[in-house]
Amino acid sequence: MKTKQTKAHQYQPIGRWLILRRLSQFTILGLFLAGPLFAYWLIKGNLSSSVILETLALTDPYLAIQSLFAQHQLTTTVIIGALVVAGFYIIVGGRVYCAWVCPVNIITDTAFFLRRLLKIQSQLHLNKNLRYWLLAMTLMLAMFTGRLVWELVNPVSILQRSLIFGLGLTWLIVLAIFLLELLISRHVWCGHLCPMGAFYSLLGNGFVQVNAKHREQCDDCMDCFIVCPEPQVIKPALKPQNPNHSRFITNINCTHCGRCIEVCSKQVFQFDLRS
Amino acid sequence: MPISRRQFLINSSQQLASASMAGLVLFLYQQQSQALPSQALRPPGAVAEPDFLARCVRCGLCVRDCPYDILKLATLGENVTTGTPYFTARTGPCEMCEDIPCVKACPTNALDSELTDIEQARMGLAVLIDHEHCLNYLGLRCDVCYRVCPLIDQAITLDIQHNRRTQKHARFIPIVHSDHCTGCGKCEQGCVLDVSAIKVLPKKLAQGKPNPHYQAPWKQDFKGNPA
Repeated sequence: MKTKQTKAHQYQPIGRWLILRRLSQFTILGLFLAGPLFAYWLIKGNLSSSVILETLALTDPYLAIQSLFAQHQLTTTVIIGALVVAGFYIIVGGRVYCAWVCPVNIITDTAFFLRRLLKIQSQLHLNKNLRYWLLAMTLMLAMFTGRLVWELVNPVSILQRSLIFGLGLTWLIVLAIFLLELLISRHVWCGHLCPMGAFYSLLGNGFVQVNAKHREQCDDCMDCFIVCPEPQVIKPALKPQNPNHSRFITNINCTHCGRCIEVCSKQVFQFDLRS
Repeated sequence: MPISRRQFLINSSQQLASASMAGLVLFLYQQQSQALPSQALRPPGAVAEPDFLARCVRCGLCVRDCPYDILKLATLGENVTTGTPYFTARTGPCEMCEDIPCVKACPTNALDSELTDIEQARMGLAVLIDHEHCLNYLGLRCDVCYRVCPLIDQAITLDIQHNRRTQKHARFIPIVHSDHCTGCGKCEQGCVLDVSAIKVLPKKLAQGKPNPHYQAPWKQDFKGNPA
């Protein structure tokens, strides 16, 4: 047990997937900022709704659904934009949004990194399904009030919007999530509460999935479980009860962050087309 | 790992309770935060406020397409609903572009695309609130609100009255006409006082409404035909 604990706090190496993810997150932010900062208008708006090169209008499908619950009608622009975005995430995997796009991910990852560095062990016991109840709650609230109530506090859209349109008091929300993840419990927000992540997970796990191809080589070092933001998704593929069980991580809550691939010293995992 | 039915029910009710509590807090918060401050004006074509809050996705495309940069998305902590667009007449009034780019930019019809003539926009209604300090009321010829009005002599007219203080001069009283005022806010911006005497207010705050059976006999006869 002692060796395992030391392991849990070991600093995990930065790999190419982590670098690529940061690159993706900052590029997306950068594209939105290139307009207001350098008058280079590739994308206008924010992740809630945007226009690419004055032609392709995109809308966040979660927002579109909230709006549908609130007012029971949507414009064609919104419907098409939301379907395009939803279609994209159905292909690549819903929670790719969380690991590759969402700006809150940078905060929670940083908090998680510091947690291990500072050896903070506190743990809150929350059910991983709470987010789905919260998702239902946000839609019910939209329906009964006729307003996008969740968007008053949604840290994901608020953070992205304020980075582009002006910060205001958003840093308070950033600080709250950071401290929550650092001091109270790991993966609280992204792994247990965020209804936006819950919504995107419902779009499925995509056609490219993590494949525990060489699972026989696993030496039970636990590195992947420690680093994974959704550790429950690994077990069925890596340690199946039935040896014929698929080697793909099929759970809809796999965020495709690729951390398991890069921390594994035995190269057990890789991204593969779903078979 | 299979769990017992009892455990399943307990887990589910715990989560339902947590989600409901969060929902209650949010509900109370939104009840308090839904009122729009009367000096924050929505862009032209904005549908009525409750509908606006259901339709607006807070994307900021109207802000981006405003050539005069007067629109702003409310940031967290402001008393305008977070992320929704507004402008402040005193510091930056609507310039009433003929092609209304902000309305064209809106993907959700929160700014109603049926508004094609900017003179039909009703962002609010100008009201000359402070009669005590308005220079025209004091008998001077300021007239700035009247002069800057894009719909001069329609939305604002000057009414010549007797100046009872001097007993020999006239007062030129600015009168706002609601059937032409778009609520653009040029008058409020133009007012030369330190604090504007004329202000654009939301229509429902600014405008009265006569009883429907009341008829002004000098405007129409009792059968409703114009006099």
